[in-house]
Amino acid sequence: MKVLEKFGRSTIGFFEYAGGITELAGESASFIGKLRIRFAETISQCYLLGVQSLIIVLLTSLFTGMVFSLESAQQAVQYGVGSLVGGAVAYTSVRELGPMLSAVVVAGRVGAAIAAELGSMVVTEQIEALRSMGLAPARFLVVPRLLALLVMLPLLAIFADVVSIVGGMWIAGAYAHIGTADFIASARQTIGFEDVVKGLLKSVVFGLIIALVGSYQGLSTRGGAAGVGKATTGAVVISIISIFITNFIMSALLYGA
Amino acid sequence: MPNTLARLDDVSLFYGEKIVLKNCNLDIVEGAITCVIGLSGAGKSTILRLLDGLRPPDAGHVYIRDRDLCHMSETEINTIRAKISLSFQFAALLDSLSVGENVALPLRENTALPEAEIKQIVLDALDSVGLSHTYDNLPSELSGGMLKRAGFARAIVMRPELVLYDEPTTGLDPIVTHLITDMIVRLRQKLGGTAVVISHDLQSIFMMADYVAMLFEGAIIAYGTVEQVKQSLNPIVQQFLQGSEVGPIPI
Repeated sequence: MKVLEKFGRSTIGFFEYAGGITELAGESASFIGKLRIRFAETISQCYLLGVQSLIIVLLTSLFTGMVFSLESAQQAVQYGVGSLVGGAVAYTSVRELGPMLSAVVVAGRVGAAIAAELGSMVVTEQIEALRSMGLAPARFLVVPRLLALLVMLPLLAIFADVVSIVGGMWIAGAYAHIGTADFIASARQTIGFEDVVKGLLKSVVFGLIIALVGSYQGLSTRGGAAGVGKATTGAVVISIISIFITNFIMSALLYGA
Repeated sequence: MPNTLARLDDVSLFYGEKIVLKNCNLDIVEGAITCVIGLSGAGKSTILRLLDGLRPPDAGHVYIRDRDLCHMSETEINTIRAKISLSFQFAALLDSLSVGENVALPLRENTALPEAEIKQIVLDALDSVGLSHTYDNLPSELSGGMLKRAGFARAIVMRPELVLYDEPTTGLDPIVTHLITDMIVRLRQKLGGTAVVISHDLQSIFMMADYVAMLFEGAIIAYGTVEQVKQSLNPIVQQFLQGSEVGPIPI
């Protein structure tokens, strides 16, 4: 009986959460549709959420591209298919690693920051103060962060793609003596413009997830400092899991056929 | 017969299984300062949130000038809120904005006034609470008393008809408490509006209140002028006013 009760509660909780996120998305979309956007704040959020995440995204992508190349290049050369390494690195970077890694890193850094900031605003009554002044928290706080991530995450993914490929190219040359021209030729042969666009489309969806989950977690914070901590952890965990699940679904839809 | 600006009509409200308000009735007289007193956690601040439409009651009605907030959308409530301001217990200024920007926020977002005029109105509002020199300071740079006064400035900047003060003197020294009490009276006179003050500070309440309402176990058990409440025969009111441990109030 208790198991059923628990299952029932979890199911209700899941649908409440999904409903809350959908409502927040709808409210934000309505403000964006009416162009009720705080442009200066949006630009400021682009800097805080996007530009300030650049270094960590670059470092993560660089080393991941290098490791991937290190593992694959030596094997490939052994089997006499060294000319395919550039394609393999570029293919993986553009389709999966670039969008995914940048999203996971940003979810950890930015998703947590959004949830913590909005959560602190809840517990210090700043959100109530906004509503009391007739200002919708969705327009005032969520829309600038959402727009910033929708713009900045694809840009970060492009940087991640490039750095990951360059890192892979350097390692392929250093450890497996694969020439730069061969590496680039292989990469150009393997990936097309369509792959880049599909990768960026993923980034846009991941940006949406990070902004909405972080904002919803923050705005639904209850309790004091402990509540903010819970909301922050929840934002990171839920964002990252959602990113992995969405990535699988999108890969199946975009590349599966 | 004085006019009623706002009214709680048979309001009940629950937090989970806890009863906060039960069939609570309260009239807020126009042009007067009404102070709501009661034990900690009695639901006094909840009354302010009901009057500001920040939360709906579970039963009953909340009227502002005979318009029932309970049947309004958030957009409709916002038109009512344009005439109501809530001053929060800890000011609730936005950390990321300077004091001046905080006070200017309702004007910038809700009016089409030119920037120069907004700045002048903000400086006037800050001046009326003695804080014109803090225009560029961040809220984190102000003391507790200054924060409360900056909160007052934001609350009055739209010249509201009804100002709701949530524990304006809690945690302040006697001198700042006196200053703030005096300020509430002066601001009411200057704006010519109505105020509802939630407080535990009886000395300050007796200084400023036109009417006092005592909330106990979810209902208003005493209401009247300061003198009427002081002379109440209700033992709960007397125990509260005397601050005695002995009496019908369970400790």
